[in-house]
Amino acid sequence: MYIILIGGGNVGMNLAKRLQQRDHEVLLLEKDPRQAQRLASFLGDESVYLGDGCETSVQKAVGFGRADVVVAVTGEDEDNLVVCQMAKVMWNVKRVLARVNDPSHEEIFRQIGIDDTVSATGIIFNLIEQQIASDTLIPLGAIAKGNVEIVEAFLSSRSPVAGKKVRDISLPPQTNIIWVNRSGEGVLVSGDTELRDGDEVVAVVPTSQAEALRDLLEPTKV
Amino acid sequence: MNVLIFGCGRTGATLGLLLAKNHAVTIIEQNPDALKRLGYKHNCKVVMGSGLDEDVLIRAGIEKCDAFFAVTRGDNTNLMAAQIARLKFGINQVCIKVADPNRAEAYRNIGFFCITPSALLAGMMKDWIDGQPYQPVDTYNILPKELEV
Repeated sequence: MYIILIGGGNVGMNLAKRLQQRDHEVLLLEKDPRQAQRLASFLGDESVYLGDGCETSVQKAVGFGRADVVVAVTGEDEDNLVVCQMAKVMWNVKRVLARVNDPSHEEIFRQIGIDDTVSATGIIFNLIEQQIASDTLIPLGAIAKGNVEIVEAFLSSRSPVAGKKVRDISLPPQTNIIWVNRSGEGVLVSGDTELRDGDEVVAVVPTSQAEALRDLLEPTKV
Repeated sequence: MNVLIFGCGRTGATLGLLLAKNHAVTIIEQNPDALKRLGYKHNCKVVMGSGLDEDVLIRAGIEKCDAFFAVTRGDNTNLMAAQIARLKFGINQVCIKVADPNRAEAYRNIGFFCITPSALLAGMMKDWIDGQPYQPVDTYNILPKELEV
């Protein structure tokens, strides 16, 4: 595969190295001459191109038209957005992938049609959230383009569902409790399973219903 | 009309001062020094921050805005802000300053109104020396073949 990477910072450089090791044809674009030189000594001259990936002349020179994948990993969201959008619109590149530095920008990338985004900030934020024990829902992962979430919740003794059987709980629509971690062991949940104080409950829930699920599991606030 | 201008450079400041005579103008700018261009007496509302930040846009009143101008010195910044304005906030009248004529062409092709200062200036200077009347903005966007990619 011919993979074009834009942005020769740490992310771009290490990504290029990995892809080279997998025998892909890789070209890394970097606009700073000194950084490009450094990259060339690390990746080889043929894998580094000095130029601004947003310029159509550069895009033409490096062959955006025959790229299988274009990956934009600069530290600036606006640069990543424009490169990916031009790759799609002007050059019909089948797959584009963008690094999104500010997670609140992910939505505009999606609206423009750049579906594949990676936000390190978002990922690290989620990991930190998972480490903080609380009664609220912890996102474990998203499926169906983020419209459905897999979440975990810790049940305290004050939770209104502690002591209830799963079938007796009126869950929000399209929502299911699938798994319980109980004193270090996993329990596959059926309607007969009784939820207990201290359980870590794993549920599948549409994002639109996450709030309703949280209200159901949390102790009512006084 | 409620007008939002992102970028208080020479273009943004001049535009703001011109429009403020007849419209409600808000300027978004993150560099306090740039605001000096507006002088001490002006009728523009100023919001400090980046036009790529939705909270800043909302503070600047984008939800009740009729026209959005993206006129910072960064082409990509302008192109991204303009698309947030149109796609997220539904602003129809969006005008983007794009210095790179080829990038401007690409975005014109997908329906954005882009103005390239250098092309406009060169075209108008040519009309001036040729003794031709000035033409509509779009005519100046047609590039000489040598500049096309």
